[in-house]
Parts: sequence; C-alpha cells; structure tokens
Amino acid sequence: MKLQIQAHSIITPASAQANGELVLSNDRKHPFNLFGKELYRYLSIQYPKFFKMDELCQLAFLGTELLTTHIENWNGDKVAIVLGNRSASLSSDKRHYQSIADRDNYFPSPAVFVYTLPNIMLGEMCIRYKITGENTCFMMDRMDAVFLYTYVRQLFEEEQYHYCITGFVNYSDDAYVGELYLVSSQKNTNAPLSRGFDKNFNQIIF
Amino acid sequence: MEVYSVADNIVSPLGADTAANYKACRGGISGIAKVDDSTYYPEPFYGAALNADQKKTIHISEESDFTFLEQLFIHSISDALSHTHDLDKKRTLLVVSTTKGNIDLLSDNYKGLVDKKRSELMTMARTIASQFELPHSPIVVSNACISGLSAIITAKKLIELGQYDHAIVSGGDMLSEFVVSGFQSLKAISDEPCRPYDTRRKGISLGEACGTMIITRDAELAKEKKQVSRILSGSQSNDANHISGPSRTGEGLKLAVQRALNQADITARDIDYISAHGTATVFNDEMEAIAFDALGMSNIPLNSLKGYFGHTLGAAGVIESIIAIKQMRENELIASKGFQAAGTSKDLNVITEMNAIGGCEYILKTTSGFGGCNAAVVYKSI
Repeated sequence: MKLQIQAHSIITPASAQANGELVLSNDRKHPFNLFGKELYRYLSIQYPKFFKMDELCQLAFLGTELLTTHIENWNGDKVAIVLGNRSASLSSDKRHYQSIADRDNYFPSPAVFVYTLPNIMLGEMCIRYKITGENTCFMMDRMDAVFLYTYVRQLFEEEQYHYCITGFVNYSDDAYVGELYLVSSQKNTNAPLSRGFDKNFNQIIF
Repeated sequence: MEVYSVADNIVSPLGADTAANYKACRGGISGIAKVDDSTYYPEPFYGAALNADQKKTIHISEESDFTFLEQLFIHSISDALSHTHDLDKKRTLLVVSTTKGNIDLLSDNYKGLVDKKRSELMTMARTIASQFELPHSPIVVSNACISGLSAIITAKKLIELGQYDHAIVSGGDMLSEFVVSGFQSLKAISDEPCRPYDTRRKGISLGEACGTMIITRDAELAKEKKQVSRILSGSQSNDANHISGPSRTGEGLKLAVQRALNQADITARDIDYISAHGTATVFNDEMEAIAFDALGMSNIPLNSLKGYFGHTLGAAGVIESIIAIKQMRENELIASKGFQAAGTSKDLNVITEMNAIGGCEYILKTTSGFGGCNAAVVYKSI
C-alpha cells in the first residue's frame, strides 16, 4: 500500500511551523500557556473548550489544527490517531496532587482529574475533528519513528483507514514538543506535502 | 498467521494466580470490601485492595528496590512464565498496559526507597523488563481503561508482522489516593459494592490488580494444551463525543465490535459469550446496552467482572480477558456479580447464576474508557 505524508506540523518553545513554514515565532520568550493562547488567536480558532484543556491537550489540539487546514471534511471513521508521548499527564498529575496534599484543604477537582491521562489529548482531537477510528497512545522516550511507522502501516493494511495522524506530543514543566504528521492512503491534490511514508519519516527536511 | 494466548496470571485481592482468582469468581466471592484507611481517602469507601496478608504471601515488601506496582508486575509475569516452556528472549517483547503506573511516587507522602523518575511509565517498564533479562525495549500503552485490550491488540499486530514470536502482555494499576480522590471528585464511586447493569447501580468500585498473558505464534509453548486459546481479531474506536462520558448512542463501541467481527470474518450471531466492560456507572452500562442491542447481540449471555475485581483500570482488559478465556475453556459462565434487576433501557442477557454450557467457540471482550475510546477483541477456542 502506498502511503504518503500529506502535512506536517511542529510546535516547540521556539516556534510553530506547518509544512516547513513558520507560522508563529516565540523564540522561547513566553511559556506555553501564553504562546499556546497566542497561536490559538493567531489561527482565528473558535473553540471555547480549548481553554478548559490542560497544556498537553492544547499542544496536540493546536498541532492538529495546523495539520488539517487543507481538509474540508473527512469521513471520521476512516481516520486513526497513533501518538507517542513520554511524560504522560505529569503536569495535570501534579495539579491534582496539589489539590489533595492538605487534608484540611482537600479540593480534588473533576476539571483537573479528567486530564490526568495522556490519551485524553487523542480524545480531544477526536471530538474536535469528528475522528472515530482507532486512537492509541504509546509511551516512548522520544519520537520512535521506526515503531510508529511499523504500527501505522500495519493499521492501514488491516483496517483500510484513509488517514492517520501520527507523531510525538509531550509536555512537561521544562520542555514541550508537538510534532505531527498526516499520513494518507488517498490522493489529495490540495495536500501541502506529498512525501513517501517510511521508517525515517521524521527526518523530513524542508 | 495464528496468534495464541498460551499462559496467564492474575494477581488481585482474590488470589495470586489465575486458578485462585477463577475459583473465587465462580464461587461468587468478591474482592471488594469497605476500605477504611485514610491513606487512600479521608472517608471510608468500597474498593478492592490487597491486604497486608495477601502482600506478604507474594513477598511484597516496602523495603524493596521495586515499587508496590512493580512487585505486582514482577510476580504476575514470573507466574505466567512458569506455565510455559522457555521463551527465546531475543524474540520476545514485553508490552505493558497501565493508566497511572507508579503514581504514588509523586505524592509528598511517599516514604519508600524508589527514585521519583520511575513515575515515568517507560522507566517503570524498563525496570520490569530488566528483571526478566528481556533485551528489547518494552512497549507501553496508556489508553485509559482500554489499555489492556490495546496492549493485546498491539502484541498481536507485532507478532503477525514477524517482528517478534512472543509477547508478554502485562497490565497493572494500583489503588491509590490519586485515583480514589479523583473518581470521588467525579462522584463516580458507589457507596456500596458496584452493581453492573442493575437498576440500583450507583457507580464504580475501584480495584487493584495485575494480569499477564503470554501471547505467541507457537501454541506448543503451553505446558498444558487446555491453556491455549486463539486471539482472532481486535479493533479500537473513539466516540468523538466527550472526554469523560460515553456517547449516548454507543456508536464508538458499535464500530469497534463491528470491525473486530469483520476482521474475524464472523457475525454477531457467532459470539457465544460477551465479557463486557460494565463499570456500573449509569451512563456506561446504558451506552453498552444500546450498542449491543443495535448490534443484535442483546440475547448473547453477558457479564461484567467488575463486581469481583472492581475497576482495575489498566489491568481490566487483561484480567477480564483471562477470566473470559477460562470460562470458555471450562465450558461454564460466571454470574455477573451485583446484578439483580435489569436497569438499562435496552435488554441485555446478563448472566445471573453460574451455569455450565455445552460449548463456547467465540467470545467477545469489550472495554471503553475516558477519552471516548473503545476496544473489542474476539477469542476463539482451540
């Protein structure tokens, strides 16, 4: 089966880029909670739920937004998401622990607790983009392109998906990265990229 | 290629191996009890936790270089491996399923010896893998409450691809202040032992457990032929509805089940028994009933094992698969503990008492979880 990378996005403390082009620069100036909101406004997104999400979900959400701008609509049950992540929901985990640290001031909050799982970012992507295919979150130290390639290719072979969003999204207090790839089995002349999908797919050079 | 489960283990408050856990379930014994221990929660609640004697039996120690959860994993994997002939470790992959791993390490109250770094799930998994001298880096799946089935599906895929011949799939989660306080804040915990599908159900009971399945392309690895079952197919989906509540329509679960049936090239009518998710929340059980009804599966005998183990999160898909397979091998179906009167808008054929059956060829195991995810796996008897 011929699979192509049709779009790419990467968000780091330095900048947000889509398909090799700078979208918004940050130069490590602002922490993610400010840079992320700036990017949200810059992209003119109307999605108030964004502000309820934790940082990990916001990162995955914004990365997906950059990845899918050329797609007008898709058949959500033909779309899968397979992501790598390292630090799980560490930031929300700490927040939840803070709320239960003091027995005299015990205030665990459902609005925090629901974000204490790394796969919630995939859930948020599914809700926003009406994706009902497989979504799996693997833990890995860094983006393991060989593993993701192998798994995603097998998924396309077995379940006839049209698209799969794959990559590595991680957020911890001192570092973050959201690196996403839109892989497709379908021809799309509107797609910003058309590059082969292989086990070195993350060594994409623009 | 055919992929099999050839050996397994469950360690839970009901026992330290599969046989003990199965015996308890078929005898109607539950691991859920009142937990009156403020290290979990300021007020008493119902849950399934290993007590001090049970921990002692399997040599779990607070002075260990391993965390409590790691010790559970190591016990579970060691016991499962003892039921097979030797695996070629170079051809064996460890797949770990967990939601919160060593979350206790991040608590200010943690008094043990283990470095906080092991709260990272990959670091925990590598620690476990090194104990068994497995040369390959482990795979860790963290997909909320479907993690266990995700891990089984992943292992099957990688074996079929020829990357490995065998996989040790191990799912585990502990009962912790972290999860108890969180589910209490969601008002999701029942004030009595959970009652899946019952009209009076009031929510979940949490549990802790670890389960391990040895998955392989070589059915001869089993020490006993009777241990073997085939993993026929598996699929996952998302509701795309809400991050902490299932869809009202069950669309996501329907999609996962339908895909798993299609992959197996069978129809809903071929399934002899369903081991469902059945958390005993109002919404989850209702969603499942709607999905199974729409799939034409409402007459198929079904149970939830949450009344025995509680909801064991990352362990659930694995330990419930093991008990489901055991029922298939023993030709008997276990009562869905806590169920008395139907409490869903669509009928389900909930098993009310333990009964012997003539045969059981195909079983369906399903799970659903936070983030809107669903998974379905079909097992076949040999």
